[in-house]
Amino acid sequence: MQLTINGKIENLEVSTISDILKAKDIDPQLVAVELNTQMIDTEQLGATSVKDGDKLEFLFFMGGGR
Amino acid sequence: MSFTEEQITRYSRHILLPEVGGKGQKKLSQAKVFIVGAGGLGCPVAYYLAAAGIGTIGLIDSDVVDLSNLQRQVLHHTPDVGRSKVQSAKEKILALNPDVNVQTHEGRFTSENARELIRNYDVIIDGVDNFPAKFLINDVCIMERKPLIHGGILRFEGRVFTIKPHESACYRCIFKNPPPPGVVPTCQEAGIIGVVAGIIGTVQATEAIKLILNIGRPLTDRILDFDARTTTFREIRVKRNPNCQLCGIQPSITELIDYEQGEACALTRPN
Repeated sequence: MQLTINGKIENLEVSTISDILKAKDIDPQLVAVELNTQMIDTEQLGATSVKDGDKLEFLFFMGGGR
Repeated sequence: MSFTEEQITRYSRHILLPEVGGKGQKKLSQAKVFIVGAGGLGCPVAYYLAAAGIGTIGLIDSDVVDLSNLQRQVLHHTPDVGRSKVQSAKEKILALNPDVNVQTHEGRFTSENARELIRNYDVIIDGVDNFPAKFLINDVCIMERKPLIHGGILRFEGRVFTIKPHESACYRCIFKNPPPPGVVPTCQEAGIIGVVAGIIGTVQATEAIKLILNIGRPLTDRILDFDARTTTFREIRVKRNPNCQLCGIQPSITELIDYEQGEACALTRPN
């Protein structure tokens, strides 16, 4: 299916957000996920399914400052 | 309070702007901004706010200037190595603009002193390099209802996000809890292109000035991410989370928390 992830169109064969994280080797503890402008709780990533045309934002922790 | 002739000349390019004018400049001169951290972000924020004629700038930092800081922490100069960062910063701010009242605090920003420190300020700036402090700053600003300009930098990237407590999304509406200690590196471990600190810091200063003057549209409910490698800014729309542990309908966080910071040297870097 076609998904827009952080503004880029990607074709992925996945059913849930957890599948996307696994496919991309992303640690769920290090990312906040927004699905079609709705924040998804970390505990719900495995239970949240995605469909063709969905827009996702992966927001990673950004530290720094000093 | 009225301006001297020298002040009118100093701030003339502000006063010329219809959105600022003499009235706006007066607001700036009466404003109080508190900056947590006098490093990569704190330096450009403080420098531009001082130039702009902000009346009171509060600074807290427990560090001394290190030679490796000078690549980005522009208020600190070579002879300052080994000196207190807040003292070094105060001198440069006053050299630039003696009108500014600089309040320095040499020490750490903790759950013990946070509320008291920010209480008399109008806008708070996050210029810290670790997540326990970032969460503490967010939490105290929500509890004290102080607008916060969040900033973060790492490697070639940076982020700015303005928070109006109980009006717009807070940091915890997005990130529920700090990452486990040691998994997200800081600039000290992962590196930072010095100019990114300047870009992000000046955007933070811009946001502070806009809030004080109440002009334009603040960077609330929008996270601005910058990537220097491609010179692109990306805006991610966010909204308040009704289940937010801090500013949601039924908050479970009602007291300030000092999270554990992992030992920097024990950090495991991602490949």
